[in-house]
Amino acid sequence: MTDFGYTLWIPLLPLISFILLGLFNRFFKEPGAGYIGMLSLGISWLLSIYTAWQYFFVWGPAEGKYEPVIPFKMHWITFGENLSIDMGILIDPISVMMIVVVTTVSFLVHIYSRGYMHGDEGFARFYAYLSLFSFSMLSLVLSVNLFQIYIFWELVGVSSFLLIGYYFVKPSAIAAAKKAFIVTRFADFFFLVGILMIGYYAGTLDIETLNNLSFIEKIITENQGIVFMGLSVLTWALILIFIGGAGKSAMFPLHIWLPDAMEGPTPVSALIHAATMVVAGVFLVARLFPLYYHVGDGFALRVVGVVGAFSALFAAVIALTQEDIKRVLAYSTMSQIGYMMMALGVSGFEGHEGLGYMAGMFHLFTHAMFKALLFLAAGVIIHAVHSNLMKDMGGLHKYLPVTSWTFLIAALAISGIPPLAGFYSKDEILHAAFEYSTVMWFVGFFVAGLTAFYMFRLYFRIFHNKKTEYAHPPKEDSKFMTAPLIILAVLTFFVGWVFTPFSQYVTPTREVFHYEIHWTSPLVWGSILIGLAGIGAAYFFYFKPTEYPQKVASAFGAGYKWAKNKFYMDELYMFVTKRIIFDKISRPAAWFDRNIVDGFMDSIGNTTVWISEKIKLIQSGRMQEYAIYFVYGVVILILIFYYYNY
Amino acid sequence: MDILTLFVVVPVLTVVALIFTRNLQQARLTALTGFLIQTAMAFHLVWKYLAERKAGNNDIMLFTKDALWFPDWNIHYSIGVDGISVLMIMLTSLIVLAGIFVSWKVDDLPKEFFISLIMLASGVFGFFISLDLFTMFVFYEIAVIPMYLLIGIWGSGPREYAAMKLTLMLMGASALLLVAILGIYFHSSADGNYTFNILEIAQNAHIPVEVQKIFFPLAFIGFGTIGALFPFHTWSPDGHSSAPTAVSMLHAGVLMKLGGYGIFRVAMYLMPQGTQFWTDFFLILAVIGVVYGAYAAIQQTDLKYINAYSSVSHLGLVLFALLMLNKVAWNGAMLQSLSHGFITALFFALIGMIYGRTHTRDVRQMRGLLKIIPFIATAYVIAGLANLGLPGFSGFVAEMNIFMGGFLNNDLYRKILTVLAVSSIVVTAVYILRVVGMMLMGPPKEEHKNLPKVFWYERTAIYILIFFITLIGILPFWWLKIIEPGVENFLKPFI
Repeated sequence: MTDFGYTLWIPLLPLISFILLGLFNRFFKEPGAGYIGMLSLGISWLLSIYTAWQYFFVWGPAEGKYEPVIPFKMHWITFGENLSIDMGILIDPISVMMIVVVTTVSFLVHIYSRGYMHGDEGFARFYAYLSLFSFSMLSLVLSVNLFQIYIFWELVGVSSFLLIGYYFVKPSAIAAAKKAFIVTRFADFFFLVGILMIGYYAGTLDIETLNNLSFIEKIITENQGIVFMGLSVLTWALILIFIGGAGKSAMFPLHIWLPDAMEGPTPVSALIHAATMVVAGVFLVARLFPLYYHVGDGFALRVVGVVGAFSALFAAVIALTQEDIKRVLAYSTMSQIGYMMMALGVSGFEGHEGLGYMAGMFHLFTHAMFKALLFLAAGVIIHAVHSNLMKDMGGLHKYLPVTSWTFLIAALAISGIPPLAGFYSKDEILHAAFEYSTVMWFVGFFVAGLTAFYMFRLYFRIFHNKKTEYAHPPKEDSKFMTAPLIILAVLTFFVGWVFTPFSQYVTPTREVFHYEIHWTSPLVWGSILIGLAGIGAAYFFYFKPTEYPQKVASAFGAGYKWAKNKFYMDELYMFVTKRIIFDKISRPAAWFDRNIVDGFMDSIGNTTVWISEKIKLIQSGRMQEYAIYFVYGVVILILIFYYYNY
Repeated sequence: MDILTLFVVVPVLTVVALIFTRNLQQARLTALTGFLIQTAMAFHLVWKYLAERKAGNNDIMLFTKDALWFPDWNIHYSIGVDGISVLMIMLTSLIVLAGIFVSWKVDDLPKEFFISLIMLASGVFGFFISLDLFTMFVFYEIAVIPMYLLIGIWGSGPREYAAMKLTLMLMGASALLLVAILGIYFHSSADGNYTFNILEIAQNAHIPVEVQKIFFPLAFIGFGTIGALFPFHTWSPDGHSSAPTAVSMLHAGVLMKLGGYGIFRVAMYLMPQGTQFWTDFFLILAVIGVVYGAYAAIQQTDLKYINAYSSVSHLGLVLFALLMLNKVAWNGAMLQSLSHGFITALFFALIGMIYGRTHTRDVRQMRGLLKIIPFIATAYVIAGLANLGLPGFSGFVAEMNIFMGGFLNNDLYRKILTVLAVSSIVVTAVYILRVVGMMLMGPPKEEHKNLPKVFWYERTAIYILIFFITLIGILPFWWLKIIEPGVENFLKPFI
């Protein structure tokens, strides 16, 4: 029996780094702060790799099934007999995979930032935030309790807020940070209500208990009678929890914060808004997968699948039209997360049925690598040409060779070209979708083509296309920045086929399941061909400056304009918040308080004053009047006295 | 002398010593000494309390003392504490201590200022240790009246109006309260031996249901007014915005807690059937307070108004939780009282510091303070995050207990109200981030470029408050251990 007690250090080391850099911010300067961050994350990364090795290979599956390990758990707040908020560490296939993803990307981003943030006055602060984020994210994926997930969910949210608003002098960054926090908090409200419902109707928040199949059966029968709008109360709870996940994972219609979040420094976009935090929603659904699958015949899971598929398509269409390279990548992220959600949605439970789940998790893993790579490469480009817009780029291949090659690898990977990482996971997703329904498969298939097209549109327009004259010749000037690119490119290249077995441990039942790609299947060829077709079209359009993009855009007319303006989602939200919440609720509330409620209180005071004004005339200070009142009084008293006595 | 009485005696002695001081330096050092002793005693009390409970003492109230002081009416000076009052005493000492640091540079009549402030505090301490309704009421009035002077003399803006409004509204509430107390008194026992002692009245459990139905709302509104119960909260925005910094801190941080505390100790404990009869109604008022306070805060431009409405919202949660009548919610109510005490005191301290530098409290007039006064601005961000219920700070644990407690009720009515109350977390985030975005971020203004950095005494006050906010947030189980026996005892009439 292996002791996993040391895993506590995986989240704790970044926490220590955060406390050091956060509290003693003044004593740390560049580059010391960076090395503290790198050191803590480096050790966490080694520990995670060691844990994965220990858990998957040394400790091994018992009868083909991986048992969860809980090396540490404490009651943090106790509500009732079984109902409590616990803090602890749960080691099982998903969480082990997640810590490997998080520490790998985070460690590389820590290294990269040493170059990217060079010379920034908030260098130590930046590393403090990165460490805070890493701590929260690691604790989130290791959670033993649904409420623990929520706690760290909020903390990753605030780290994201702090990092998006890192350049807090820039108004656009402030607005983006606020937007990200408020939109995700709005989603978290549903998440929290979902948790409360689970807490009440299931009686526990412990993840292991909730995922226990006989327990699920028990709570389903117990709560059968409680139905609202035709869905059982547990289904509602799961849908609400998914809304929380959709907020964090930028699913339609809660995605609006993600493109704006690109205001943050690029390493942050790579870490938080591409590889780790935004997949938290996927993780959440996967974490509670047995519940999602069994409760209400998987209705909530179907919702997940449909929302995922729609978001994948929606975002891919917008990505075709954007000009800012980080925004293209942001919509691409949204689209790929939609893909993962769709994979979960189409998944069954056992053996081959569970392919969608496996594929979703595997795609999460590979996507983290190549999307982080794309963002970090974008960071190098932006650093070199001082612009985010594609029109300021072109012909960069000869100036930024390392970036160009690594970007190409990542772009091929995301387009699903074998033998790169993305191919394997994408193929599995399409396969699972095909077995679920042809419509889902077709959406996935179509999105795959769009993805290849917009990715190579990006690649060709940045690195080839026109020859732009640059004021300063762009160059890759920091080893700290190119090294992570190369490492990630290597991972992207190999992770697909070297680690394919790795994905086979992460299954809904925690039983090992071997999946082989059927190279002869038309599905596989279809998915490769659509990728190649997308790349071909992009080559035709964008390798050299041509007229075609203009023509196609005008051919689509209004459709193009809608997509370019992101289907006016931002305007819709603005309308709701400004015109309805601010003008129709908040302002009247404030007015009502000042004028009606307070006016009433004031009028009580004023009435008192008014009455006293009137009656004070009686006290004139003239002795004669007092004497008259006195006499009248005496006479009246005497009359009363007589009346009663005689 | 027993330790509880010392909590009243030390402030009184400090006031006496203050009379002989000659200048600011002497006055503030005297006040500081007095409150360092007081704080040390408060910690000692917590420690003694824990030792006593550990030794197996399961009495409802510990360290009790009793002395008859008005035989005709059977009024006693009767004192005792449980975990809840112990923590309230600690909160009060710390906030007054922080308040003294914040008022380090009070220019105007420093001696009189500290005297009024500490007088007020002594009333609060007396209130928290009293077990006799009448004595409790006397201390309550001692706490309310110096407020008039403190706002009227050292305040800002329309201070006479604000002071008058605050005092009158609280006095009006006191009148209701007094009626309720007398009502309780005249039904307190079967044999004509009327008593004001809370424990005895509860033990007799003699108050007829019909009488409870009449007097419960009086007591609830009487205490609720100072606890910012909608629609009796309107003294709070005006009062807080005109009050000097330390007074706002003490008032919002501690005095407003007397409301929830009084409801819990007196109204609910002594009139359980009355409570059950009225909860459905008052729950609506509490939820309106929670949601409406948050929405009203979005529109405000004065920092103190924002914080005052935020207090209406957060203290609404205390009343909401108390009306839920279960252990989880009550634990949450107590934690929320503590938590809001520290957070709001921190807010008012910071607002005072910012106002002292920029001479404005209008958020639209300030920009980019993070660049100019980073320490204060960062503390403001922390206070804001704590206020919007970020895990790791006290607000989160309190709110989660409250929401969970509310949801654990069997009926749908309470569940729906809980969901409405939960929705306030979104609105809170909006008004907090609005201020952070407008005032702290962005490019700094030219005329604010040379504001003085934070002074050591300000830094001390900030550290004290933030330390406790995080301590509650990270180790809630430790605080709950102190709170729980009290909550369980006072919940007994409802089970």
